Formats: sequence, C-alpha cells, structure tokens
Amino acid sequence: MDIKFSAEDIAFRDEVRGFFVAEYEGDASTRLSDNSATDYKSAIVGWQKKLHAKGWIAPGWPKEYGGTGWSSTQKFIYETERGLAGIPDVVPFGLKMVAPVIYTFGTEEQKARFLPRILNSEDWWCQGYSEPGAGSDLAALSTSADYAGDNYIVNGRKIWTTFAQYADWIFCLVRTSKGIRRQEGISFLLIDMNTPGITIKPIVTIDGKHSLNEVLFEDVAVPIENLIGEQDKGWTYAKALLAHERTGMAEVADSKRMLEGLKQRATTEINGGKPMIEDPVFQMRMSDIEMELMALEYTELRVFASMAGGGMPGPESSLLKIKGTEISQAIHELQLQLAANYGGALPGDLSSDELGHDFAAEARGKYMYGRAATIYGGSNEVQRNVIAKAVLGL
Amino acid sequence: MNFEFSEEQIMIKDSVSRFVREQYDFDARRGIIESDDGISREFWSMFAELGWLSVPFSEEYGGFGGNVVDIAAVMEEMGKGIVVEPFASTVVVFGGLLSAASNSDLKSQIIPSIIEGNCLGSFAHMEPQSRYEMSDVSTTATASAGGYTLSGVKTVVTNGGTANKFIVSARTSGEQFDRNGVSLFMVDTAAPGVEVKAYKMMDGQSAATLMLTDVAVNQSDLLNTAGEGMDLIDQVMPQILIGLSAEALGIMATLNTLTVEYSKTRQQFGAPIGSFQVLQHRMVDTFMGCEQTKSMLYRALCESKSVVEGETDAVALAKTVHALKATVARYGKIIGEEAIQLHGGIGMTDELNIGHYVKRLMMINTSYGDGDFHQKAFNQLSYSG
Repeated sequence: MDIKFSAEDIAFRDEVRGFFVAEYEGDASTRLSDNSATDYKSAIVGWQKKLHAKGWIAPGWPKEYGGTGWSSTQKFIYETERGLAGIPDVVPFGLKMVAPVIYTFGTEEQKARFLPRILNSEDWWCQGYSEPGAGSDLAALSTSADYAGDNYIVNGRKIWTTFAQYADWIFCLVRTSKGIRRQEGISFLLIDMNTPGITIKPIVTIDGKHSLNEVLFEDVAVPIENLIGEQDKGWTYAKALLAHERTGMAEVADSKRMLEGLKQRATTEINGGKPMIEDPVFQMRMSDIEMELMALEYTELRVFASMAGGGMPGPESSLLKIKGTEISQAIHELQLQLAANYGGALPGDLSSDELGHDFAAEARGKYMYGRAATIYGGSNEVQRNVIAKAVLGL
Repeated sequence: MNFEFSEEQIMIKDSVSRFVREQYDFDARRGIIESDDGISREFWSMFAELGWLSVPFSEEYGGFGGNVVDIAAVMEEMGKGIVVEPFASTVVVFGGLLSAASNSDLKSQIIPSIIEGNCLGSFAHMEPQSRYEMSDVSTTATASAGGYTLSGVKTVVTNGGTANKFIVSARTSGEQFDRNGVSLFMVDTAAPGVEVKAYKMMDGQSAATLMLTDVAVNQSDLLNTAGEGMDLIDQVMPQILIGLSAEALGIMATLNTLTVEYSKTRQQFGAPIGSFQVLQHRMVDTFMGCEQTKSMLYRALCESKSVVEGETDAVALAKTVHALKATVARYGKIIGEEAIQLHGGIGMTDELNIGHYVKRLMMINTSYGDGDFHQKAFNQLSYSG
C-alpha cells in the first residue's frame, strides 16, 4: 500500500516537466488556449510537430510504428505532467482514435500510407460515427456504402464532427449490408475529405463558437483499398478502439489545475468586501468538488497500478469517464458562478477594463461547451448502462 | 506503487472474513445483542487467541506491531459483519491513546491485558454541551494530595456499559474551549465516585453516561503530561477516523452487494426489478460512491505511511482524513438510504439485515465528527490563510 515512484521514474518526470516548461510556455500557450481561434489549427499542429521532433507524439503506439516505448508508469507520468502544465492533449482523432485501428487491423500498405502522416501531423483526421438518427444508439447508423467495382459509393450524413473544417481525412462507420444483428453489416472506411460529393455544414454551439459540423456524403466514391479489415466487421474494430480509450478519460491532472485556478480567482473575486474564498457556502461547494477529485485521483492510480502490474483494469476503471466529466463540469459551474453577472456578457470589442471583468467570457465558454463532456464519448447514461451490465451483472 | 495488502495483512483479513462468514451470521449477531452482556465474551476471547486484539500494539508489549493499514484491514472485514464486539472502542481508540501515551508503567500494565482479552476499554470524552468539538471539556480535574479529583459528566460513552477501564478527559487548567489544560486519566470502572448509567445504541453497541463525583486519581494515572491531552488526541485521531471509515467501507460494499442481488431476484411487473434502467443507474451511482470511498481510504493509508516515514507533511494527511470522513458520511448516507428504498417494504423491516447495516453507518457518521464537521475542518485547512 504505497504510491512511491522509482528514482528512474522521478528522473523521467523531471525531464518531461523541463521539456514542457522550455518548449510550451510563452507563444504556444496563449495561441492554444482557445480552440475556436482562427489560428488554432496552425498553433496545435505546430505544437504537435514539436512533440514529434522530440519523439513524444504517440506514447500509446507500439514502438515499431513510432511509439515511445515507455513503460505504463512513464505514460501515466507524461499524461499527468501534461495536465498539470495546462497543455491541451493532442488532437485525438488521428493519433488516438484511427491510428490504433490502422496499426491493429490495417494492411501493411495502409500502415505505410497513413501512420507516418499522422505521426508528423501532415494529415488532420476527423471522426464520422454519429448520425442524426444514431447518437448513443450508434448501431442505428444508416449512412450506406454500396460496393461497385473498385469503389464503395457512400451516401448519408454524419454529425457532431469536430474540426471537419480542418480535416484531410475522415474515418467512418458505414452500413455495407443488412445483417441479422444491426451491429453486423457495418464497415470501417477511410475517406479523403477532398473527394467530390462531400459537403461540410458548420454547427454553431451554445458557446457561440464553431468546432462541430455536419458532413454530407452524396455518391462519394471511396476506393476499396480504404476499407479497414473485412467488410461488415467494422463494429468489432470500433469497439476495440473504445476499450483502448476508456481509461484515458478521467483527466484528473487537468481538473486539479482548473481547481487551483478556481481557488486563485476566488481570492480576487469580492462579495460584501470579502473574497469569495472566505464565503462559507462557496467553500462547501469547492470542497464538494475537491474531495471528489482527491478520491478520483486515487481511483485513477488504482486503475493504473493494476494495469502496470500486467492486470486488466478492474471495475473501478468504468467510473473514470463519468466522475471525471462530472467533476470538470462542476468546476466550470463554479468558475461561471464566480463571474457573477459578467458571465452573460458578450463584450465584443470591449476590453476587460471597459467591461470590468477579465475571465467572464472564458468561464461562460468553458461552461457552455463543457456540457458536451457528459454527452460525447458515450453519454454518461450509456456509461451507466455499461457498468450496470458489465460490473453489476444487471 | 501498489494498492495491495501485504501477505500478513491478507492473512488477518481472511481470518476476520472467515469468522464473519462462518460464525457471525445475522441471527448469531442478533442473539448476542439481545443477551444480557450485549457482546459475546466467548468471541472476544477467540479474537484474543487469534491475535486480532494485538494488531496495532508494539512488540514491546506483546503486540503484533501493526500500523494503520493493518487496523483498516481488520475493521473493513468487521464492518461486513457489523460485529458489535468493541474492537474499535477498545483496540483502536482506547488502545490507540494508550499506545501514544508517555506513561510507560500504565502501558506495560494495561496493553498486555487488552491483548489477552481481559481489558475492555472506552474513551469517556464527550460532554452534554460539547457535540464534536474535541477541546470543549468542562469536566474538572482538581489537584489534590498526590493526584487529582475528577468531577463532571461524560455522555454517549461508546462501550461504556461493557468497559472495565476508561480513559477520561478532564481539565487540569484553562477555560472550557482551551486546547491546553485537557488531561487524560486512566480510571477504573469500579473506582469510588464513578457511576455508569448504561444503555444501548441503535446499532447494538453499548453506551453510557458516566457520572464522575470526586473521583480520586493518582499522578500515575495520567497518560501523558498534565494539560497536554489534546496532543495525544490529535495524534491518534487519524487512526481512529481511518479505522471507522474502513469499517464503513465494509458496510457500504455489503449493502451494495445485497441490494444488487435482491434486485436480481425481486420480480415486479413480470421482470426482476434490477432490469429497470432507473434502478440500474441508481445502483451504478452507489457502486461509484463505494469505489470513491475506497480510493479515499487508500489515499489516507498511503499518506499515513508517508507521514510515519517522514515523507509527507501532516497537514496533507489531516486534509485527507477530514475528506475521508466527509466522503464516508456523504456516500454512506446515499448508499444506506438507497439500500432501504430499493428493497422496498422489506427494507423497512427489523427482521432484514439491511436496516441494521444502515444504523451502524449512521453511528459511524456521528462518531468523532459528522460529515459537515469534517468538511468545515477541511475547508479551514484548504481555503483559509
């Protein structure tokens, strides 16, 4: 019963910390703070190229494809340091979502063609899973891919596609045949976004910003060499990917950092002549979150320890996504509460001095967009269904 | 990094677990509570023979030399059986204070008798006005020839009706709320001037009001330097709170298991009620609450070890322990109430074990500060200054 790291691991932590301080602070941190800024793409790609040059862009990949060869402890340390430093994660669609599918289920040609360009951030990927009629019930998807000679002809609509406007490629789940079970007959296709017949329609979200899109496919011809694995087996590949992703969603380090920021702001936001951090009711609201986060930090460590020991993540892993997102939303809520009635202001060109407040817009944006965290990646209600079935045996 | 118990800890855990499973079923427990004594002396002797009563005590006094992790291992398993024999009261609280004391004569005299099962101990501290504030002591210890005279009233003294030794807090100097001036004395139940008015708590445990009228004690009955009793209490409190929280975790896990199992067998509307999504999600929430509580307990255990080894500061541990007790209160309440609700009418009956687990959880919550008390203490450490 202890959480000690070895001297080697502590040396590694210091190296990571040193790199982040030297390379990230300054220019990159301001340009990356807003993912709807007009130069966001060049900013994040620039940062990812730095990570690639360092050899740290894909800790999760096997070494033979360009991974770091780190131990699971080192990967954990790296993620923690990234979160604590306030550095956004890499854009996940290429590096964390499609790449594992390609190196696990793809052909040698596909690996050689796609993986290097994902590693060096040449290609920007987006994810084509959800449809207007297939959200939490993903197997209800109806975008069709009909086999025609050397091509599949794709017709349908994908929705909630993050950063489709930047994307060179989209990986899609499409229906290739009507199986006995709905999960059968789904295939995993890689589609070039420049193919004729693809239209992107922006969706403005409740934070007033544009990161989501609808992607329309009208007789889009996709070469059959862009099929992953076997036709009609795509659901299996997508599910394998989900299992790969599940343990990475607690974002404890990110939340710890946000909570520290909240406490800082609570010392300067005044009510009745006293800082909000001294308000006993506000203290209770902060500690409700802080205590839950202290527990979640150890839940994450427990999951990590069981995996580092070569075991499978235990039942505790399934709650990481639910608790992690609930905590980050709760922090956003208190940030907005601190912003008081400035929180609703759309100040346009007004400076923060003229408005009288300096973080209200950010707090509103994070709160509003943050509502998505309990919806995406399998809504928290679907996650509860999964735990009920897989853990409680209900 | 690991969150495993050691081989020795697993052995003792298994031994308590086997006892609960094989000898301490719900009917056996009920029989014990309804007996005149309210505890089983036979089982208590067995605990002594199995070495459980020696767990936290130093080898110097014949103990096992265990630490807070060993205590937690035992307490969690005892929670699963809601064992009413006064392990927490005698070994963890009374024994903990005694172990931390500087009076080595007292230690070598009493610790072996705890280990042998002959001493049942109790900490007589709370007073009618004091609620959870540990330094609110108005019982007086007036200096007399060769010692002190104790006068005052101690209330809700856990294990008060069964104990043969008390550690009594009394004020040798200072005002009602002063930390300085609180002293701890070893007092025999049979001492002249000690009147024990015993009663039962709803969780089956014994309690008492202790009336102290001019009770004569010697200098040698002081646990440590006069007036410095609060230092001793503060030193032992993390171990007490962690032990009780481990017991609570055992109860919470048991309530969740029983509720999930029941929902798989109880048929309504032509289906097991566990097939209904609204109930599934509530059981997932109680499952998550239990896992989070376990994580907080493990955090406290890891940090306790680090503090002992001089690697972490005591303030971080204090924060964690407050957070642990507050977490136990929060999720203990949810888990207990959901267990009754999901069992429906049968959950309301005295005949079913559910309500009895819930009542013990409720009593753990009010022991040494409820959830709000500890959350406020947490806030004080985290957000002030």
